[in-house]
Amino acid sequence: MTQRVSLPPVFQAWFEARNWQPRAHQLEVLHAAAAGKNTLLIAPTGGGKTLAGFLPSLVDLAKGAGGQGIHTIYVSPLKALAVDIARNLEAPVAEMKLPVTIETRTGDTPASRRIRQRAKPPDILITTPEQIALLIADPHAAHLFGNLRFLILDELHSLVASKRGALLALGLARLSTLSPALVRIGLSATIAKPETLARWMVPQPGAAQIVIGKAGAAPEIIILRSLERVPWSGHSARYATAEIYEAIKQSRMALIFVNTRSQAEIIFQQLWNANEDALPIALHHGSLDVTQRRKVEAAMADAKLRAVVCTSTLDLGIDWGDVDLVVHVGAPKGSSRLLQRIGRANHRLDEPSKALLVPSNRFEVLECEAARMAASQGAQDADSMSVKKLDVLCQHILGTACAGPFQPDALYAEVVSAFAYNRLTRAEFDRAVDFVATGGYALKSYERYAKLKPHTDGTLRLAHPKLAQSYRMNMGTIIEAEMLKVRLISRRRGKPIGGFGGKVLGEVEEYFIEQLRPGDTFIFAGQILRFEGIDELSALVTRSTATEPAIPSYAGGWFPLSTHLAERVRAMLADPRQQTHLPEQVRDWLGLQRAKSILPRADEMLVETFPRGKNHYLVCYPFEGRLAHQTLGMLLTRRLERAGAQPMGFVANEYALAIWSLRDLSLLLEAGKLSLDPLFDEDMMGDDLDAWLQGSALMKRTFRSCAIIAGLIERRQPGKEKTGRQMTVSSDLIFDVLRTHQPDHLLLQAAWEDAAEGLIDARRLGLMLKRIKGHIRHKPLDQVSPLAVPVMLEIGREPIYGEGHDRILEDAAAELIAEAAGRA
Amino acid sequence: MIKLAGMALIPDLSGALYVPDYEALLVADLHFEKGSSFAARGIHLPPLDTRATLDALEAVIAARKPRKLIALGDSFHDTRAGERLDPADMARIRTLCDLCDMIWLTGNHDRELPTGVGGNIAAQLSLGPITLRHIPTAPDGTMEIAGHLHPVASITRHGRRVRARCFVGDETRLVMPAFGAFTGGLHVLDPAFAAIFPKAHFTAWMIGPRAVHAFPASALSP
Repeated sequence: MTQRVSLPPVFQAWFEARNWQPRAHQLEVLHAAAAGKNTLLIAPTGGGKTLAGFLPSLVDLAKGAGGQGIHTIYVSPLKALAVDIARNLEAPVAEMKLPVTIETRTGDTPASRRIRQRAKPPDILITTPEQIALLIADPHAAHLFGNLRFLILDELHSLVASKRGALLALGLARLSTLSPALVRIGLSATIAKPETLARWMVPQPGAAQIVIGKAGAAPEIIILRSLERVPWSGHSARYATAEIYEAIKQSRMALIFVNTRSQAEIIFQQLWNANEDALPIALHHGSLDVTQRRKVEAAMADAKLRAVVCTSTLDLGIDWGDVDLVVHVGAPKGSSRLLQRIGRANHRLDEPSKALLVPSNRFEVLECEAARMAASQGAQDADSMSVKKLDVLCQHILGTACAGPFQPDALYAEVVSAFAYNRLTRAEFDRAVDFVATGGYALKSYERYAKLKPHTDGTLRLAHPKLAQSYRMNMGTIIEAEMLKVRLISRRRGKPIGGFGGKVLGEVEEYFIEQLRPGDTFIFAGQILRFEGIDELSALVTRSTATEPAIPSYAGGWFPLSTHLAERVRAMLADPRQQTHLPEQVRDWLGLQRAKSILPRADEMLVETFPRGKNHYLVCYPFEGRLAHQTLGMLLTRRLERAGAQPMGFVANEYALAIWSLRDLSLLLEAGKLSLDPLFDEDMMGDDLDAWLQGSALMKRTFRSCAIIAGLIERRQPGKEKTGRQMTVSSDLIFDVLRTHQPDHLLLQAAWEDAAEGLIDARRLGLMLKRIKGHIRHKPLDQVSPLAVPVMLEIGREPIYGEGHDRILEDAAAELIAEAAGRA
Repeated sequence: MIKLAGMALIPDLSGALYVPDYEALLVADLHFEKGSSFAARGIHLPPLDTRATLDALEAVIAARKPRKLIALGDSFHDTRAGERLDPADMARIRTLCDLCDMIWLTGNHDRELPTGVGGNIAAQLSLGPITLRHIPTAPDGTMEIAGHLHPVASITRHGRRVRARCFVGDETRLVMPAFGAFTGGLHVLDPAFAAIFPKAHFTAWMIGPRAVHAFPASALSP
């Protein structure tokens, strides 16, 4: 800590004029960065993090470093944030009369301004990861970035988990070459392992210097002790509506976080019905129309609202208002997310943020308790990081070629200098180059249509300038599910009328709409709607007078239970001492389970078998989240089928999986005709998983994203606006053909790797199977156990899996025959 | 089984239609080399659709052993498809033409067929009282089997929707599903079908993994 750079007088005066003191971590970042060290600042929300990031750059610019091309780039994951950050930065710059120009550049920036920015670049550019990729794909990139001194990476912890992070990682690798004097400053919320993030942001080997900001006051987290009965299952938290409403009345402004968009809709509806005082309560989630969302944000900033029901759309970003209470309805699924969300309340570090957790069912009481304990201890979930994404690499290779010819050897060395790609093999890199050039097919029929052409000097060059145009239109890693606009039309004499026109309420996933039949009701944008039909790009709906929606949910924005919290919940179940501060009704429930069945030890997995009605059930409790359980359900039903147990279907929730069959499973197990250890053996992750995935819709959805990101399928073509619905060859057909004829294709590998950690969560399932090996505890029962009740109640509410297409067609055909026979 | 003009027609799971009276196998919209047609525009779709389509075609021929094979047009995705055809795939197509009496009906995508594919070429063909052609056009009262529209239908049960290729028809005509590996589908409730089935009185024979199931139009989901 010798030779500290002191804050220049103009900055000192600015702080003093405001009665502020520069914080210790702000100065530490300044010292490290001024000394040319890459720096990672870990600090909670409200710690003056953004200013800390900009300080080294402003101090340098104050010395007259500006006016020579882009000096500083600030990257944020949120497009909407760019304008706010620029505004917040312009104030001190103006007040200190610093000779600094600031501009923003996002997807919304008009082309004319982008061109001007290239000709006459600002000192500070505030932008997004996608724009970095676009700028380095520019033929003038070397010139543009030649004098870049500082790169500020905000909300880095959230960026690195996604493919946008992978794209940024590759962009950073490129910048090491283009901007030799660059200093990187990473800003992150508190995370489990800052060391990894410190390596992620700099060329390997190496790590940024870590600066830890002072932690804020520990949050005050309360779990709602409802006087009402906490339900067995479900996510509506209807029982707690009055108590939530009371909490809103007691506070200035409350943020009510929920996990899914449908939950947001339901809670909003319930609060609205309870709103006797006509409090201004608003709704905010990703499916709502953007202008609608901006209105809500503006109203929050102006303190015109008392509560906002929201999803992860309000997890990140600047302060919109004076929030003094965060309510979390439903279990928070992870302690890091809970801490992040709690941080939205009360942005003064010295005062504790207040949060109220409202479990929506009994299992969630356990999960909320686990989350409360973890958050009070500041314990974070394991960080997730997007590593070695091949589809993003393909996109980057094409982008690199758009900037100019490249040497494959040099590009490979650059790419593996990124922590996120340092395990990429040369063979994988070469396959990616081959994919970009000719599609990467064993059959070499596209040589004459190659996008990259080898030159005598050993470089690869873009075959045609048009390809650069297409790259610019299609780059990016955010793949929206195919969405349909929801358009409200009117009804007359019981019939829907009007083709075009009608107010757009927002957008919803196509696969949700596809399962509806005309006349079905669902809840959206705070009202109950009746589905009438689909026209080209919209789902047509009318207002419904129904009081309960017929179709319960669309699962938009849903997170699985974190491994860390799952462990805590298992430990809590196993240890009666940890159950003492649970509500009485939950303790009674667990006591009953202990009496009627077993509460498993923390390292055990309980399997119960029992008859009910015409069926026999097998219920297991892995606590690994719904996605992993669904995959397990698929694989177990295959195995049970082979064992002759005649499984009929299954249903999964966050904690458990229930499979039912026509044969007596207890009897089969007792007679040794079925055995649990081999049934749950890890080897199911081999052929069984592979066979199931061939036809899996989840796999196809994952493949589609990879194919778009890698550039196999174009989202947009010059002069044409194409949507997913009109895509010329469906990605499903491409998937099928590749599966059969070239199973080792790069995109299949990319899709498989994504699915393993995403929609099918195979990685987690694999770890679970390893964990429970030799630790399966079987309990045959005469009837359903208390612990099994929640998952059993999901039957009929959640989609039932394990029914093939044929079964559905056969059932539908059989119904028709029965109907015809009845009439005859 | 489907009946048209008193003639028995057997829909195959592959999307082909077998006509026992004539020992004829009908397929529509093979779209050979659709994948490679995109390559020139920089979209490198797998150049594998022709062999995938041929695999399926050879399998159904091996199972049904028809004397006649009739392709109802759009067999090749464009008139230059022949130039892009892999020699091995070309050889397989020629073998099919040797194996059975092959007739290529022309379609809007392949007004001309690649040279040397073998078989015979016609604009339309009669199979007893039924006319075979690419685009469904027959005036009321005459019988036809056509392709061109790539029909698919969907049905919803137990909260799940199944979308599948289908044969669609009424008393006077039948439209066959597209057979090609890269052919998409058009929903039978799309206005394009209203032109040939004005009152939406039709049946959709949906192709499941194990069987073909018939549904009246009223039972389908949009």
